Amino acid sequence: MPSEEVTNEKAAPKERKTAIAHKLATKQQEISVTEFFEKNKQILGFDSRSKSLLMGIKEAVDNSLDACEEAGILPDVSVRVEKVADEDYRICIEDNGPGIVHKMMPNVFGRLLYGSRFHALRQSRGQQGIGISATVMYGNITTGKPAHVISKIEGEDEVAWGMDIVIDTKTNRPIVTNDKAFNWEGKEHGTSIEYTIKGRYVNGKQSVFEYLKDTAIVNPHAQITFHDPDGTKTVFERATDTMPPKPKEIKPHPEGMEIGDLLKYAGNSQQKTVRAFLRNDFSRITDRIATEILEKSKVKEDKKPEKITRDDAIAILEAIKTVKIMAPPTDCLSPIGDTLIKKGLMHVLDGLRPEYYATPVTRSPKAVNGNPFVVEAGIVYGGDIPSDGQVQILRFANRVPLLYQQGACAITKAISEMDWRRYGLEQRGGKGIPFGPAIILVHVASTKVPFTSEGKEAVANFPELQSEIGLALRLCARNLKSHLNKMERKNKTHAKFEIVQEILPDMARKCAEHLDRPVPNLDRTISRIMNVVWIEPTVKREGKKLRTVTYTVYNYTTLPRTIRLHARLPKESVNLTLFSHQCFLDMNDEGKANWEIADLPPSTSTTVSFELTGDMADTFDADDIYFSGLSTTMVMGAETLPGDWGIKGLEIVQTDESDLVEEDEEETMEAEDLGDE
Amino acid sequence: MATNERQQLALDSLTGVVEGIYDQMDDGQIPTMEVPLRSKKNIEFDAKHNVWKYGDLRTSRTAKTVNGATMMLRTVYTSDFINEMIRDNKSSTLREMYYISEGWNHAKFHSQDESNLLAEDLETITGCMREDFKLRPEESGAHVYGDLNFTTMTKKGMKTMNCIDDVSEAGFAVPYKVEEDTFQIDPGNTRFVMAIETGGMFARLIENGFPEKYGCALIHLAGQPARSTRRLIKRLNEEHNLPVTVFTDGDPWSFRIYASVAYGAIKTAHISEFLATPTAQFIGTTASDILNYDLPTDKLSDKDIGALNAELSDPRFKDEYWTNEIQAMLSMKKKSEQQALAKYGLDFVTDRYLPEKLTDMGVL
Repeated sequence: MPSEEVTNEKAAPKERKTAIAHKLATKQQEISVTEFFEKNKQILGFDSRSKSLLMGIKEAVDNSLDACEEAGILPDVSVRVEKVADEDYRICIEDNGPGIVHKMMPNVFGRLLYGSRFHALRQSRGQQGIGISATVMYGNITTGKPAHVISKIEGEDEVAWGMDIVIDTKTNRPIVTNDKAFNWEGKEHGTSIEYTIKGRYVNGKQSVFEYLKDTAIVNPHAQITFHDPDGTKTVFERATDTMPPKPKEIKPHPEGMEIGDLLKYAGNSQQKTVRAFLRNDFSRITDRIATEILEKSKVKEDKKPEKITRDDAIAILEAIKTVKIMAPPTDCLSPIGDTLIKKGLMHVLDGLRPEYYATPVTRSPKAVNGNPFVVEAGIVYGGDIPSDGQVQILRFANRVPLLYQQGACAITKAISEMDWRRYGLEQRGGKGIPFGPAIILVHVASTKVPFTSEGKEAVANFPELQSEIGLALRLCARNLKSHLNKMERKNKTHAKFEIVQEILPDMARKCAEHLDRPVPNLDRTISRIMNVVWIEPTVKREGKKLRTVTYTVYNYTTLPRTIRLHARLPKESVNLTLFSHQCFLDMNDEGKANWEIADLPPSTSTTVSFELTGDMADTFDADDIYFSGLSTTMVMGAETLPGDWGIKGLEIVQTDESDLVEEDEEETMEAEDLGDE
Repeated sequence: MATNERQQLALDSLTGVVEGIYDQMDDGQIPTMEVPLRSKKNIEFDAKHNVWKYGDLRTSRTAKTVNGATMMLRTVYTSDFINEMIRDNKSSTLREMYYISEGWNHAKFHSQDESNLLAEDLETITGCMREDFKLRPEESGAHVYGDLNFTTMTKKGMKTMNCIDDVSEAGFAVPYKVEEDTFQIDPGNTRFVMAIETGGMFARLIENGFPEKYGCALIHLAGQPARSTRRLIKRLNEEHNLPVTVFTDGDPWSFRIYASVAYGAIKTAHISEFLATPTAQFIGTTASDILNYDLPTDKLSDKDIGALNAELSDPRFKDEYWTNEIQAMLSMKKKSEQQALAKYGLDFVTDRYLPEKLTDMGVL
């Protein structure tokens, strides 16, 4: 590894070559990783004052969330930023994680490249074990103050340990002082780190606040508390008590392996033979595939794995390329899932009162070069989201928000290359980041997210990833577009509703008053104007976790009508009010519920209502209501039941067919009337 | 017709309209209402009065659309409101009605234009004048200067005023109602009337002593003239045989000002015979003036060009004179203001331009 002194000396005159080489030799020495990073802070993302402040917090919070999830604890993380001098900030991050055993504490916080995840193949936030110790080191260097670490592990007899840690940059070893056991009042388990760092506290797009807010969106199971330097406390409340499924650890997949990797795995293997090594140390290599690889590579099957030579390795890798191997298992990934993405978005963005949350999309996992990955996307539209600028892009990798280098990121690229004009957003020339009142969320989860740098700020681009992001976004965008269309239709039809519900009754009353006659009955007039069955949803929010959804069904036609309603409800949120309603028919495993309103007399209305309770109550969009049993033109306020819903309803249209034909004629007559205007 | 009788007639016709709507609803029909189409497509020349009036085209308003239903609801509310005013012997301005409509639910007016339009609608439907409905406009905005006398109602009874001696330099302010019963005219030494578009030119002619020198009654129109201004011009012309001339800027909008004075405005075509002065002559500024006097000009905007093209399809402008003027302006793509004459000095307009023009017209 080059050091600066060496580079400088190289400029010396040529004639003294030999002497200099000797002289140089005395200066050539190993430099520690720590020293290397000290001189190349920007590699870790510590390249500006404001960014350094954020990076430290990000590393600590990522670790806290990882630790809590690994221990199956619902995370409760608190972040405090205090200004102690002009550019000096004291930062404290505390979690309720499992804690760290006393003797490991110095290494975890005081040694670079020390951690549990570097060798593991699974989805996690931190990977290399650089982050938190780099933060400690950066604090040491810039302010000369040690980091103070406290941790307590679960157990009645356990005490908390606190210590000051400084990293010796020469040896990459922690120097511990003030190591003391104490009683951590009211804390069962958890870890806290406090350090002082030179930084700059900023507001806006790349701020600590924004980072924590975005973190809360993709981690709806976490509660995050933030005390900013002005003393304001913000709590991002937990939106769900459901922990994400714990990602499984997988063995490496042979595809895309480099020769060095193979030799390293072989050297560490506990297996006795190459065959066993191939079969047991990799995922998706069966006995048959192992035989095939061994035959093609001509490596002896009973050779000891550590005896594999470079040539053997090359032959094995060549053989692997020609053998068909199943894609890696994908259960090692833990996507957030469509419901929880929506939940997280709703929970954190509620202040913007968005008009629409497009149903988030979680793609099925794909694998490239032996690394499985999964893409998720969501779009939030309208409300108070600013409509005059570019859309806001929320990028996430393994549940960590990416705030920097938006331009260099594969996610941004995929968004820019889509033609958003087709989906109702503005975009100059059909390329680039679209404009409009929208927030686009993309989450990439993988056992190994390909970042463009160690600072983990942007996802590197590869064709499979870009295509997956594109597909996820298109699905979401299609939902958005159909919502926008629905809204437009709704506005149009709402006008008619206004006529019959408000204008005409008012007119009848006023005329009657003026002429001193009885108020005329408007039923027939209204049926003539509307000639539809009208479905009007209303949602009453009763407290945080209770919603009463009511569909009022008006029969504005001249005949009795039978109609079925269908909606997909969050199954865990329904209660007895759903099942006990007289119109309720049934609900299947997916939460698809059916109601039937039979023989609703003309000029009357009835209601279908139910309560939704609990966490998922607010994920149901009352406008997502479908009907069957009447022709499309005869119903306003609901959509025709799509064919792919896989529930009955279609039969009913058939039994009603003779009746419908007659109605269709009536409908066309009305349409002609309208044309005459 | 006596005032009481006219009001009773207005009341009866309004009640008739409301009754029509009620009966349709009572019969289970979709309420509809027929009103004369109030656009340039439906104005016809009335040879008897020499003015443009509405033709036979009618438009049907139906409660099937929000607009139709809202207009009908407004008609009902307004009728009720007028009914109340007549009963209580009150009157209100159109602006007041606009504010009163705040409590009218969906019938609420969203702008003053909407309430004005509705008042005109009621006039066309019932054949009554809005004064019969006890609705009056805010103010006329027009001013008169010249050696003539008006006898009009003031707080201290009927008073006679000379429009030079008894008024300030701004002239005599025209009230909203100029009918014989409250407003009598004595033409005095006036020989002709000149309606002027801009206040600047009005003041220039007064300062230069033009009205006194030529026996001219100046009327400042202040943009599109209000009804009472046009009615006053009509009365000066019809009852006192004073020739009427119109002096405006040279742009498409000024042509329309002249048209509404001389031929009748499209919006009020149902009462054109009371308001329009068919013999009014256009002094300028014409397209040929711009060329002949080499006046400073502005370029026509897209809106101006649109207005000129619209005028080409307006039946009121369908004579040789106006077709030529409009075409000339379109081809030179320029417009000019009447005050552009000041290019040749402040006295040029009174010493040369107007005497020349008026002599050509046979007014002087």
